[in-house]
Amino acid sequence: MAYAPFLLFAFLVVGSALGVILLRNPIHAALFLTVNLAGVAALYLTLQAQFLALVQVIVYAGAIAVLFVFAIMVLIPGKEETGPDPLRAQRWLAVPFAGLLLLETLLILRSSGMQTATRPAASAAVGNEPLYRLLLTDFLFPFEVTSVLLLTALVGVMALTRRKVS
Amino acid sequence: MVPESYYVALSAGLFAIGVLGVLIRRDPLVIFMSIELMLNAANLALVAFGHRHGVADGQALALFVMAVAAAEVAVGLAIIVAIFQLRRRLSVDELSVMRG
Repeated sequence: MAYAPFLLFAFLVVGSALGVILLRNPIHAALFLTVNLAGVAALYLTLQAQFLALVQVIVYAGAIAVLFVFAIMVLIPGKEETGPDPLRAQRWLAVPFAGLLLLETLLILRSSGMQTATRPAASAAVGNEPLYRLLLTDFLFPFEVTSVLLLTALVGVMALTRRKVS
Repeated sequence: MVPESYYVALSAGLFAIGVLGVLIRRDPLVIFMSIELMLNAANLALVAFGHRHGVADGQALALFVMAVAAAEVAVGLAIIVAIFQLRRRLSVDELSVMRG
């Protein structure tokens, strides 16, 4: 039973990775990539790397996936979403699914939302030295170099995509 | 508790899928996505090893890999867009401008 979360997300991750490389339409590949990144974030949670899981969702599933979708829309002007919906019958399934999600969220809130007052002191994520302390002591130099790298990438992207004013 | 070797095996599988994607696809966008798959697989292995040894070093390294991946994707997509404005076709087989 302890294996259940790992197996579930392992299958999800491998399946979506296969979807990324096998599907013809790049936009489908990008959506499967998002599923894959979110699945890896869930695997981080099972490894007690909560901070990394959050960063994974924000940076990868948020920023990078959106960047991919943006690039696809710029490069491959696809069909406009007009005309009759080919999957019209499936549209009604959206309502029960959304309702189920709402119900689930409310159940989770009911069962755990009220006990924040008695929460135990936040324990260190893994091991003797937590991540935040490590980042500002042993890994301080790479940490600062990362900021320079991001700034360089920012300037580089602006220089690359600039249009010549004629 | 799931043994860490399972995570490493999963990471190896993901990495292999990423390599396969780079090899079989011609669309530079999908090749980029496959590279992201490989970076993720490496991150998963790093975190699993860190968990095994009870230290957060693996997570710190994975964090840096994420930052580098973000920069790489931004610059790479900008280059692809720039090439597209020049050539109007997207296939890595036809991109031989920089051949020596």
